[in-house]
Amino acid sequence: MTLVLDILTVVAVSAGVFFFLAGTVGLLRFPDSLSRLHALTKADNLGLGLVVLGLLPRADGPFGALKLIAVWLLAQLAGATVTQLLARAARTAEPQE
Amino acid sequence: MTLELVFDIGLAALVLTVATWTLLARETTAAVIGFVAYGLLLTLVWVRLAAVDVALTEAAIGSGMTGVLLLTAAARLRATEAVANAEQPGATLRVVAALLCVSVFAGLAGIVLLLPEPGPTLAPQAAANLGSTGLGNAVTAVLLSFRAIDTLLETVVLLLALLGVWSLAPDRVWGGRPGPQGNVQRDGVLVFLAQLLPPVGIVVAIHLFWVGADAPGGKFQAATILAAMWILAQQAGLTDAPPVDRRWLRLVLVAGPAAFLAVGFLGFAAAGAFLAYPAGYAKPLILFIEAALMPSIAATLALLVAGPPARTEPP
Repeated sequence: MTLVLDILTVVAVSAGVFFFLAGTVGLLRFPDSLSRLHALTKADNLGLGLVVLGLLPRADGPFGALKLIAVWLLAQLAGATVTQLLARAARTAEPQE
Repeated sequence: MTLELVFDIGLAALVLTVATWTLLARETTAAVIGFVAYGLLLTLVWVRLAAVDVALTEAAIGSGMTGVLLLTAAARLRATEAVANAEQPGATLRVVAALLCVSVFAGLAGIVLLLPEPGPTLAPQAAANLGSTGLGNAVTAVLLSFRAIDTLLETVVLLLALLGVWSLAPDRVWGGRPGPQGNVQRDGVLVFLAQLLPPVGIVVAIHLFWVGADAPGGKFQAATILAAMWILAQQAGLTDAPPVDRRWLRLVLVAGPAAFLAVGFLGFAAAGAFLAYPAGYAKPLILFIEAALMPSIAATLALLVAGPPARTEPP
């Protein structure tokens, strides 16, 4: 059972790291602000979500696990809000045709 | 080499790289964004040093709130940035600036390298006297009991900073609302998020404030979250910054430092010294001060971001 949980941790955290990497590559390579923001949200949602999923078996007790999930949800909410604000600022600064 | 060491070396290298990049960035906005990233990395450094209180403050105030203030300043400077960048300082000025920077650096490096081993510290005394305050978090005990005068002055400095910002307003808009008018476009998603986040933010802030007695947290971090929620609601067009001449607003701003001062003077009567707490009453008094300070600091920070009054009410 421990082995299965360990494998889950390694696989999920690695997948999460992959999405962070993909988000960073997108941030560096995509042509305009809105696409770059789009790439970043993938890192926030999927990347952090998978890292949290991988860490769940290692959390101390059900409260620790709930805390991790709350961190993921709050990071998503905060990320979505900041993305909206940035996108609005970008749209006024460089009007898209 | 352990994994922790590899992580720490990588983190230190990253902090230095971002710091250098921030210094070399030619554009003000880019430099500010570099500064925010630097602050967030520094937060990780503080966590690695097991200074979670400092990490929370660095993330909330050092990186977050200061970053927003600097971004606003950068936006104001954008119109004149090209002219300012085109101005080249003379050779003498540059040499003097370089010499000053190098001597400050050399002085700091010398002090760090010459520190006695182990470094001088008051931590054992602070930990030994923690019991007299009734608190479980040594940082809160230092901030609100052993060195309460520093915290009192900090809150007064915040108020003075707000006065400084307000005094930049032209006479004709004095007493008006801060910030530009009519640029708020209400768009659905942002309004939804600005309605969803503040209740969560307020609960998190009160939690941070409450656990501050025994665990990392406290009024400053909590107040920053409250201020951020207020700013978010303003950005989404759900509410407007209040006119700066409102009596209730002035009262909220002053209440915290005033309560702190009152408790300080009470110390003369009750315990024989300024800011001394009578034995057994330290914890309730500290909680009272923190509870009074939190709304004042939150309002001050939010109004600092909102800027000087810029428009008067339509008659």
